[in-house]
Amino acid sequence: MANKMKIRAWIENDKTTVKAIIFHPMETGLRKDKKSGKPIPAHYITEVSCEHNGKSILNCMWGPSVSKNPFFSFRFAGAKPGDKLKISWVDNKGLSGSTEAQIS
Amino acid sequence: MLSNRRTLLKAGMATGTLAIATGAGLLTPRGVLAAWPEKAFKAKKYPDALQALAGTDQLTDSDTIKVKAPDIAENGAVVTVTVTTSLPKVENISMFVPVNAFPLSASYEMSTATDGFITGRIKMAKTSDVIAVVKADGKLYTAQKTVKVTLGGCGG
Repeated sequence: MANKMKIRAWIENDKTTVKAIIFHPMETGLRKDKKSGKPIPAHYITEVSCEHNGKSILNCMWGPSVSKNPFFSFRFAGAKPGDKLKISWVDNKGLSGSTEAQIS
Repeated sequence: MLSNRRTLLKAGMATGTLAIATGAGLLTPRGVLAAWPEKAFKAKKYPDALQALAGTDQLTDSDTIKVKAPDIAENGAVVTVTVTTSLPKVENISMFVPVNAFPLSASYEMSTATDGFITGRIKMAKTSDVIAVVKADGKLYTAQKTVKVTLGGCGG
């Protein structure tokens, strides 16, 4: 289901830029179903952790007000081409996902 | 798929979502870094959220922090915000939208290798300031930018 992610990571001037998008509904819990009028239950990613060769480099903590299919980007130092970058997430319903990418 | 969502929700309610989240922690090692600050994310007012997250409301305005966001956002559901700072030893960058139902939007824990730079997309209920709070070398700094929102993005 909602277990898809795209990662791009490349090195420029000794720094690695990472851009990632996770496909997730990020439901706030405040919206209402137009037909039934019932609130749509909250369903959002709470934590995303990014690791470079097994070492944590960024830990994102998100609330429901992060946009649907969240995109984020960050930069870090000390990576070589071919290094592994792993991004994993967990949401408020306990669902989780993880994707690995190679730094180019 | 819809029925699937319901079942999941029920299961979540029964066992307590947090318990599951921790159980599923296999994929998310969280040894060194703090766990998800539920109190800060559930706070309904900006000062409360800040207090719950940082433990203080003492902030210093800093022009070394740049908040890049559109002047006018047509769609409040997707507002791209970039926070850049030249402060050394950045430990955390957080984004707040005071008018949202839950003002704390996102909080990013940085490692020593990570630059003081983060881009994310957030939802905004209506026209408001986007407040960035940066924790660097144990101190808190802040900067903000007003974003005009023509169509709110938080449902309702």
